[in-house]
Amino acid sequence: MGLTGLFLISFLLVHCGINACIFLNDNGETFNKAAHFMGTNLFIRTAEIGLFLGLLIHIIQGLVLTYENNKKRPIKYAVNAGNQNSKWYSRSMGLLGTLLLIFLIIHMGDFWTHSRVPGLVGGLPEVEYDGVVYHDLYAKMVEEFKEVFVVILYVISMFSLGFHLLHGFSSAFQSLGINHSKYNPMIKSVGFGFSIIIPLLFALMPLSIYFGLIK
Amino acid sequence: MEHTGLNLTLKVWKQKNAATKGAFESYDVKNISTDMSFLEMFDVLNEQLISTGKEPIAFDHDCREGICGMCSMVINGRPHGPWNGTTTCQLHMRAFKNGDTITVEPWRAGSFPVVRDLVVDRSAFDRIIQAGGYVSINTGNPVDANALPIDKKLADKAFAAAACIGCGACVAACKNSSAMLFVSAKVSQLALLPQGQPERSSRVLSMVDQMDKEGFGNCTNTGACEAECPKEISLENIARLNREYMSAALASEE
Ligand code: SF4
Ligand code: FES
Repeated sequence: MGLTGLFLISFLLVHCGINACIFLNDNGETFNKAAHFMGTNLFIRTAEIGLFLGLLIHIIQGLVLTYENNKKRPIKYAVNAGNQNSKWYSRSMGLLGTLLLIFLIIHMGDFWTHSRVPGLVGGLPEVEYDGVVYHDLYAKMVEEFKEVFVVILYVISMFSLGFHLLHGFSSAFQSLGINHSKYNPMIKSVGFGFSIIIPLLFALMPLSIYFGLIK
Repeated sequence: MEHTGLNLTLKVWKQKNAATKGAFESYDVKNISTDMSFLEMFDVLNEQLISTGKEPIAFDHDCREGICGMCSMVINGRPHGPWNGTTTCQLHMRAFKNGDTITVEPWRAGSFPVVRDLVVDRSAFDRIIQAGGYVSINTGNPVDANALPIDKKLADKAFAAAACIGCGACVAACKNSSAMLFVSAKVSQLALLPQGQPERSSRVLSMVDQMDKEGFGNCTNTGACEAECPKEISLENIARLNREYMSAALASEE
């Protein structure tokens, strides 16, 4: 879980970095070009296979782990005081992960499929910069985030992501045996910052498009 | 100090044996001194029950000074009750208020079946220890205790891990009924010291293997064990167990 988790965290960083280009207010030009690079570069496309593999392992491991662990206490406690010894999101990683999985399926249906299997779901709009034709992924974003329900779904899902990371980031290090008085403060604070900044940036994308804050 | 008399309602798990289904039963106790330990309160209740011809409540206890680990019970949802870093025998009745209703349950885990009432079978822990929680000592003349120099910091860490009394509160508190804190304490105390080196890799592999065979759950790092452990065994030990296990599984010839 930890190893695949850290791998997915590195993906989030790249994904968020590229998408944040929309905040440059250039009508998505930089973003479209960056997305074009990601979609056409051979190295990135190979890494994408690794990403799907890592994601799949993470999901399967997580579901199996949750299922197995749920069986270990056949008779439950009548009184639970879980909040006095641990955080609710640490105890709810299976639930948060499942919410993220549902979001991921919807999210990939919204964007990824249009660029990879256009024959099936319809392709992306196109735009021309300096005589070169690019997919206008930004226009697709603007179109998607016109719908208030989509915006709400995306923002709520980023809360799931934030709490999932709040446990997952430091938990990954613990699972890999890294728990050391020299590095713990750094892991804790970087993990805390990451869990807030990345989901916040992601959530700001649909919000600022919906409220017309970027052009 | 004031010795206030507490009147309390107890909801205690009653179960005849492993084969029968249990249920909660309610008891009233009156005029309980705040200076009593939780176990002494149970003694008073049991005296009452015996004198009225009723079945006393079975609960585990032995040293009554926080070192044997026997006094297992979940009090209002927390193993060993509301105080941190204490066993039930060290929990005093001043932790409660007059008129409180207190729910008392046995450790709940598939690997710790109920024997009777609040008594559970923790022999799974014994079998984990038998699998590798020992060191080999040569016979012959005793070696002087301080003949072997040991880094003070390591000695301190080993000592802190050795404070584990095998009570099982970690399992009782964990939502996965995982025994990782217990096993990590036992593996750590030996892996950190020179005396533990000969069996270092075989020990971690067989103890973890036995832990899995006993049906304990997998650790998901919620930290509930560390928070409820009466000896405040650190999660650092679980990270060490993970390291020990990974290096033994990958690099040793076991
Ligand atoms: S680690 Fe703590 S809670 Fe677990 S058995 Fe040892 S002393 Fe008890
Ligand atoms: S009775 Fe020995 S620790 Fe409580």
